[in-house]
Amino acid sequence: MTTFSDPPKEQFRLSMLLYDTRYRSATIQVIALIGFMLLAAWIISNTIQNLEALGKPVEFGFFGEPASYDINQRLLEYTSRDTHLRAAFVGLLNTLVVAVLGCITATVLGVVIGVLRLSHNWIVARLMTVYVEMFRNVPVLLWIVFIMAILIETLPAPRAFRGDNPEASMVLGEAVAVTNRGVYVPEPLFSNSLGNIHLFGESSLRFDVSLDLMAILVVLGVSIWISNWIKHRADAIQEKTGDRPVTWWQRLGVVVVPLALLLALLGFHLGYPELKGFNFSGGTHLRNSLIALWLALSLYTAAFIAEIVRAGIMAISKGQSEAAAALGLRPNRIMSLVILPQALRVIIPPLISNYLNLTKNSSLAIAVGYMDITGTLGGITMNQTGRELECVLLLMLVYLSISLTISAIMNWYNESVKLKER
Amino acid sequence: MKKTVFLGAATVAGLAAGVAAAGTADDVKARGKLNCGVTTGLVGFAAPDANGEWKGFDVAVCRAVAAAVLGDANAVEFVPTTGKTRFTALASGEVDMLARNTTWTFSRDVDLKFEFVGVNYYDGQGFMVPKSLGVSSAKELDGATVCIQTGTTTELNLADFFRSNNISYEPVPIETNAEAQQQYLAGACDVYTTDASGLAATRATFENPGDHVLLPEIISKEPLGPLVRHGDNEWGDVVRWTLNALISAEEYGITSANIDEMAAGTDNPEINRILGTEGTLGEMLGLDNQWAMRAIKAGGNFGEIFAQNIGENTPIGLARGLNAQWTDGGLLYSPPFR
Repeated sequence: MTTFSDPPKEQFRLSMLLYDTRYRSATIQVIALIGFMLLAAWIISNTIQNLEALGKPVEFGFFGEPASYDINQRLLEYTSRDTHLRAAFVGLLNTLVVAVLGCITATVLGVVIGVLRLSHNWIVARLMTVYVEMFRNVPVLLWIVFIMAILIETLPAPRAFRGDNPEASMVLGEAVAVTNRGVYVPEPLFSNSLGNIHLFGESSLRFDVSLDLMAILVVLGVSIWISNWIKHRADAIQEKTGDRPVTWWQRLGVVVVPLALLLALLGFHLGYPELKGFNFSGGTHLRNSLIALWLALSLYTAAFIAEIVRAGIMAISKGQSEAAAALGLRPNRIMSLVILPQALRVIIPPLISNYLNLTKNSSLAIAVGYMDITGTLGGITMNQTGRELECVLLLMLVYLSISLTISAIMNWYNESVKLKER
Repeated sequence: MKKTVFLGAATVAGLAAGVAAAGTADDVKARGKLNCGVTTGLVGFAAPDANGEWKGFDVAVCRAVAAAVLGDANAVEFVPTTGKTRFTALASGEVDMLARNTTWTFSRDVDLKFEFVGVNYYDGQGFMVPKSLGVSSAKELDGATVCIQTGTTTELNLADFFRSNNISYEPVPIETNAEAQQQYLAGACDVYTTDASGLAATRATFENPGDHVLLPEIISKEPLGPLVRHGDNEWGDVVRWTLNALISAEEYGITSANIDEMAAGTDNPEINRILGTEGTLGEMLGLDNQWAMRAIKAGGNFGEIFAQNIGENTPIGLARGLNAQWTDGGLLYSPPFR
């Protein structure tokens, strides 16, 4: 006969929170959390209390006041009578411009350099090693300042272009002026322009969208869609009959002809820069602050991306390239069709963090006087209004949003190239 | 347990540091050093010399205050600040006072919560251009590229000047005077604009100062003066009356040469009060009676400081102009020591 005895009734005692290993970790975490929250609450209340003692309570009303300063590079129209909010908006767009340009250039450069570093050509591979080590081991601020100094000191000033026998002359058939104030390139102009749409009325966030640009984008989009459709049809015919119809002229024509027609209709022409008064006028002015920042950030980040690409490629087993070679593929096709698509899976996650780094590094812009959001909101606005806390908090929020957006987009892209396991 | 005590102490210390902001004079005395915010380098106003010793017109004010409060004109820690960092440095308590070509404006005084204790240089914003440009007036600068120090009132004046004259310009914002000088000399900007005194000081350091001209237009009022944090009136009084002592000393002819002689006692009761042989002005300030004497001894009276650092016999060569005593037709006018 067996007897069953109930296990002793579990009784919870307070001391178990500390001595029972089942509860101890939870207890410690709760205490740590409370401590952390108390600390945070103390910091916040201390800040508010001190600001009030100083007579500077937290408020954002100053954003509606006129900024009273000018910004040289602006994608939107802006005058010194516009509000601080608009100045911050102009700065935000400047940050985005340099971040996007930088990410694109850094990626292109990084991939090329990363691949070349694995080259069998000894000189090419060593040169790329030197590049990578040089750029990633020197702080990016130094590169920015260095490139700016080179631009300022070595290039001719606009006044050198003046006179009958000027010391400097324009390049590329008198179309581009390279000066120590930046590069002036021809700008696209439309004589039968469709005008702009004004968004957001008269508010600080107002901006104009060029209808010409929209029209060009729409036409290009439709053309590319048709061109893809031609390709799919050719694929289908090839599947069915084994013969691939020659389509390159159809596909090219379908893109080029409507675009050319549209441009002719809009009266497209180029506006060339010319020397007028103190400076060149006309054309698009790429300021040397933008060029220095863009170049330095791209070259610096490219060194890191090159290493990521190299690591990604080396992570693909040698068997893959040997198998591809056995199928008769040429080396560059092996790279583009077999190795890189697989390497991308390894490359993209660290690439995201480099994009984020580049974007955050763009806040060094003030070193060369590029008016990004740190220069406007976190610089002049903060200085003129004395609202340090508000400006810095907003600035952090802006960078956080930009970074999270980049990371969301890149994560989505990562999902789409990831190895699909079924 | 030890850790807890330590953390507790740290918290209390943090709280105390957070709340106790008053009593700068006591802080300075306890520290034995005055933290004085100056420019990152503007020859004549504040710049380290070949021996690394800070020299200049603004520096002399710091030294006078240190001499008055601590009895040692060298007990100063100079903190270089840019146009952008200066106010944060002062508001956060990193420096006890700013003597850094800072323009006295309403919003800085009222909204930024600072206390301007006086004016040590009456200035105005000017323009410097290379002579070769052939420009004779600022109104001819349509389309010019203008280098400007960011975070200053000059940035705002510039925008207003060009807008009201309906001419365009391209601003190049720059962080420090040295960078501005580099860009200007390389021709990356046509014009450099800042306070006229700063332009003269900058030009004096050029290889060929004669190749550059200051345009006649002075587009703003820039009363430059030392400032302290709002709310600590005792400390504000110390700095204010130290500056006034320097100005009064010139008015009454107290110089570093004759000060010891005068300190023995004169017929002029005002001089006696300044030098502490009569009355208890020093005690009222919370200092001893020789405070002003030490301040004047540190670098001489206002006129001597001016002549030594930026006057007509220096490379900077600024005339007294508005900065002469009121008795000579200038604006310097110290309230009486009574």
